[in-house]
Amino acid sequence: MSALRIKKGSSRKSAYDLRPAFEDVEERHTLAVIVDNEPGVLARVIGLFSGRGYNIESLTVAEVDHTGHRSRITIVTTGTPEVIEQIKAQLGRLIPVYEVHDLTVEGPAVERELGLFKVVSTGEKRVEALRLADIFRANVVDSTLESFIFEITGSPEKIDAFADLMRPLGLTEVARTGVAAIARGT
Amino acid sequence: MTEQMTGARIVVQALKDQGVEVIFGYPGGAVLPIYDELFLQNDIRHVLVRHEQAAVHAAEGYARSTGRPGVVLVTSGPGATNAVTGITDALMDSVPVVVLSGQVPTFMIGTDAFQEADTVGITRPCTKHNWLVKDTDRLADTIHRAFHIAASGRPGPVLIDIPKDVQFATGRYVPPQKADLGHYRPRLKGDIEAITRLVELIETAEKPIFYTGGGVINSGPAAAQLLRELVDATGIPVTSTLMGLGAYPASGKHWLGMLGMHGLYEANMAMHDCDLMIAVGARFDDRITGRIQDFSPGSIKAHIDIDPSSINKVVHADVPIIGDVGHVLEDVLKIWKARGRKVNREGLARWWEQIARWRKVDCLRYRNSDEVIKPQYALERLEALTAQHDRYITTEVGQHQMWAAQFMKFEEPNRLMTSGGLGTMGYGFPASIGVQMAHPDALVINVAGEASWLMNMQELGTAVQYRLPVKQFILNNERLGMVRQWQQLLHGERYSASWSEALPDFVKLAESFGAKGIRVEKPAEIDAAITEMLAHEGPVVVDVLVEKHENCFPMIPSGEPHNKMLLGDDAATDAIRGDGQVMV
Repeated sequence: MSALRIKKGSSRKSAYDLRPAFEDVEERHTLAVIVDNEPGVLARVIGLFSGRGYNIESLTVAEVDHTGHRSRITIVTTGTPEVIEQIKAQLGRLIPVYEVHDLTVEGPAVERELGLFKVVSTGEKRVEALRLADIFRANVVDSTLESFIFEITGSPEKIDAFADLMRPLGLTEVARTGVAAIARGT
Repeated sequence: MTEQMTGARIVVQALKDQGVEVIFGYPGGAVLPIYDELFLQNDIRHVLVRHEQAAVHAAEGYARSTGRPGVVLVTSGPGATNAVTGITDALMDSVPVVVLSGQVPTFMIGTDAFQEADTVGITRPCTKHNWLVKDTDRLADTIHRAFHIAASGRPGPVLIDIPKDVQFATGRYVPPQKADLGHYRPRLKGDIEAITRLVELIETAEKPIFYTGGGVINSGPAAAQLLRELVDATGIPVTSTLMGLGAYPASGKHWLGMLGMHGLYEANMAMHDCDLMIAVGARFDDRITGRIQDFSPGSIKAHIDIDPSSINKVVHADVPIIGDVGHVLEDVLKIWKARGRKVNREGLARWWEQIARWRKVDCLRYRNSDEVIKPQYALERLEALTAQHDRYITTEVGQHQMWAAQFMKFEEPNRLMTSGGLGTMGYGFPASIGVQMAHPDALVINVAGEASWLMNMQELGTAVQYRLPVKQFILNNERLGMVRQWQQLLHGERYSASWSEALPDFVKLAESFGAKGIRVEKPAEIDAAITEMLAHEGPVVVDVLVEKHENCFPMIPSGEPHNKMLLGDDAATDAIRGDGQVMV
């Protein structure tokens, strides 16, 4: 009865059962959505999330197949298992959507994000910032006598950690791409 | 075999090739080239409505009564925004509608031009899909794709926004057979393992029930036929949502009547107590389930639906079957027969005995009167005097809608057109116009309340202009009846804004448009009025003055489960408390 086995991540409860219950643990899932790169497709995806009250923690999008005009949208979202299942089903219903992959349940995946950090400081703070950047394998992509711009790639947690360290060292501006993710293996 | 022609001609040619016979619309600056093309041909009839909302409802009536997409043509800006209510209604009730809207020319988009609105932006959340076509070469493909998407899978409304310069420019026409329809191919066949599991459950269940919905009707006449065969062969009781009425005939041996908030006592009790619920093309709407936590607590639930997002959305499905109702029911029947046509005869016999006890409650009983017309009585008489016709009923929204669902008998699918999901007052009259266009010789009756009816009363002009003999049967209680009922039950009888003080004289109103008007005030006159209405060849407005404070029962108060139904006024006052108060 493989067809009847309840899919991983779903449960007996309804997505519309709004009463909080202790077993309703919010989960964080990374979804990869392959879409036709047609006008308005991103608005459709975002509108679905806002219209139905789902969360978006991060969202990245770019065309990944220029001949087929396909884009890959990577969405990090949170919700109870029922809500996550609904999100996937609702995404799958959009006409320009080809595939919806839940990288969190489909097996191990690589998640990477790129961050740009502007740190303005002099003296010992400036030296410390450069030293920490080296430890985090961040690159210096711009430099003046009072500032650096660091480029760092890694998991969102790693970038969070780097931001925490840079804050007392003169961090003035941050730009982050959001998560891009892909399943490991073949 | 591609031809060059103007965008406007491409539109008309594509509609012809899609087999469109009638479109409902209203002209304006941004669609004049298309109206020019319509003027030059005779294959497609255009029905000039009096408001764009009515154009969409008329197209919905056309679509629901035929199974073919309804087509709407409106201009940019206000034309498109007026259509939004109708489009949303079609989305909620899964009605295939293709809306063509004009747009300001491409080089003026974004300049806040006269009658410019971001139509694709506004309609994105209320269409199944929509397009802004900026290139005349893409127009034909887009229109054919629009029809494909509107009518396949779970049907719904689509919108194509066409800038005026795209209508004037010349481009390539492709016929439907050569059009690029994209990758949208919904799955029709259900999983055989899951279907076999359902058949096993049917064989052993002691208290099974079919809970059917609009999906049976949307799937087409074959699905309704298969449902009838399956129900009658297994002897399992069947109930239906408002949207599914007629899929199984009301005169059928296994019919329990409609379920839900104002559904029949026996249907709701059977839903609550069943051990196997087979949901067929129904989506567990809140009008159906009542309090989710106590919804049919002891049953195994099988759910057949073409839309994967309907599965597990509200209620957990133990046996989910994603597929088209017709295809799935065919496989269910095939497998059930192949396995020896087994059911739990003893269990079913006891189940029917229990149902018979519930039926004795006689939940639709009401206190009739010789003095004032009870709305239920008016509908009983309408039912009795029109039952021999193959009639089409539309309704507005409110008490009269629920009474129509309770007291009118639907023997065939596609015979009831009503706004279920969105609950759009003003739906019924224009819908009746669309139905009559599709079935010129049929009897089409809109069962209305006076407040709903006034929301699109301007369509009297349309009915008279096109000689559409639609019958407007208005149950006039001079109140917003359902609002008044809720204020009585929930808000301490404070009737805030639920009384319309300045109603028109409906007879004179009808006559001023060139239609016939009839007023009925006494129960003894109702048969004569209905007979007169049926005998008149043109559109008729019947103003039935009914009891002003009649409440619609039975009723599941919001926030309560199926087995806590109110059967009459005695139990009803202050019946909605606590959590239920916040529910709609």
